[in-house]
Amino acid sequence: MKIDPIHQFNIEPLFTIGHIGNQTIAFTNSSLYMLVAVAIISILMLASGTQLVPGRLQSVAEISYEFVASTIRSTAGAEGMKFFPLIFSLFMFICVSNLVGIVPYTFTISSHLIVTAGLALLVFFTVLIYGVAKNGVKFFKIFVPHGVPGYVLPLVMFIEVLSFFLRPVSHSIRLFANMLAGHIALKVFAGFVAMLGFSLGALGWVGGVLPLALTIALYALEILVAFLQAYVFAILTCIYLNDAIHPGH
Amino acid sequence: MAESHGGAKSPAAGAHTEAEGGHGGGFPPFESSTFASQLVSLAIFFVLLYVIVSKLALPKVGGAIEARQNKIEGDLAEAQTLKDQSEAALKAYEGELASARARAQAIGNESRDKANAQAEAERKALEEQLAAKLAEAEKTIASTRTAAMSNVRGIAADAAGTIVQQLTGAVPDAASVNAAVDASLKG
Repeated sequence: MKIDPIHQFNIEPLFTIGHIGNQTIAFTNSSLYMLVAVAIISILMLASGTQLVPGRLQSVAEISYEFVASTIRSTAGAEGMKFFPLIFSLFMFICVSNLVGIVPYTFTISSHLIVTAGLALLVFFTVLIYGVAKNGVKFFKIFVPHGVPGYVLPLVMFIEVLSFFLRPVSHSIRLFANMLAGHIALKVFAGFVAMLGFSLGALGWVGGVLPLALTIALYALEILVAFLQAYVFAILTCIYLNDAIHPGH
Repeated sequence: MAESHGGAKSPAAGAHTEAEGGHGGGFPPFESSTFASQLVSLAIFFVLLYVIVSKLALPKVGGAIEARQNKIEGDLAEAQTLKDQSEAALKAYEGELASARARAQAIGNESRDKANAQAEAERKALEEQLAAKLAEAEKTIASTRTAAMSNVRGIAADAAGTIVQQLTGAVPDAASVNAAVDASLKG
């Protein structure tokens, strides 16, 4: 039995949508899971009632709402609520797709750098365009921190500018690498169980207990990571947007 | 479906067939031939999600939360007004009670004073009446005594006249008898 921890990340086209230049645009398994995530979020948010005393589904919807809203308020202030739909969409999309991706035999959208890069660039350009549109030239004050002596200012500004443009890189790679590494580790440890069982017989099944325990522990950790990375992505988005809203800080 | 896809995309078949055939050594997240498909799907589904979230989901859930908040605040405000009302009613009741008590006290005092004054007046009238009766009685006693005394003088004068007649055999002069009686009475 061959362990192939990379196979789970394969993009498999289901049908072709069209062509852009010589590129084929296909509806892939990734697209399918995006659709699943959108459907789950829509059902959660829309099918739950609007009762005075919420039921279970409505509670989950309201907790998600309050959670994202309080995250925005605490990091980007009340003005950040302008971006509530964007941050809510990002958080729920990443969180739900990560949690769906943890189910065995499913596909994890955010294990592909191109997807996380797309989301990170969306945030980056939102910050840049909104920041310049709202504050004009004052937006570039974020590159000039207060209270820095004149002789190190050029160096600090260089670092600030560099870090600003590296934001989408770190923003996207953090999510991508976490999901990728977690799924590979899970697959490897789970593969050990089967490999030991098939190659060593009864002794192997006994020996497989250890990697099985590890797999279970890792699985719990991955559930945490799935949520946590969505939260990290959302809170970083809030922090970046805070720069666009209050460039003086 | 995979076959039809493979047939349709013959110009760019290379990377995709590789991916379908167990990724042939390539690392799927870095296979650039899949990037366009993923980005297009991401754009479609994320925009769809954004529209659903911003137009339907958040207004609905936010509205439910706000309605609950308003309901709670309204109920609390109503409870507060009711509490205020009951407190005001209690205060009014206490005020009424205090004024009634004061009024009762005043009435009591007034009637007691009136009764006292009346009793005093009656007592005074009775005393005066009694004093008058006493004075009258004393007057009667005095007049009775004077009358008695004058009777005694008459009797004494008669007795003296008679005695003198018995002793001397002559009828004495009434005037001298009277003078003698008077003198002895005075003595």
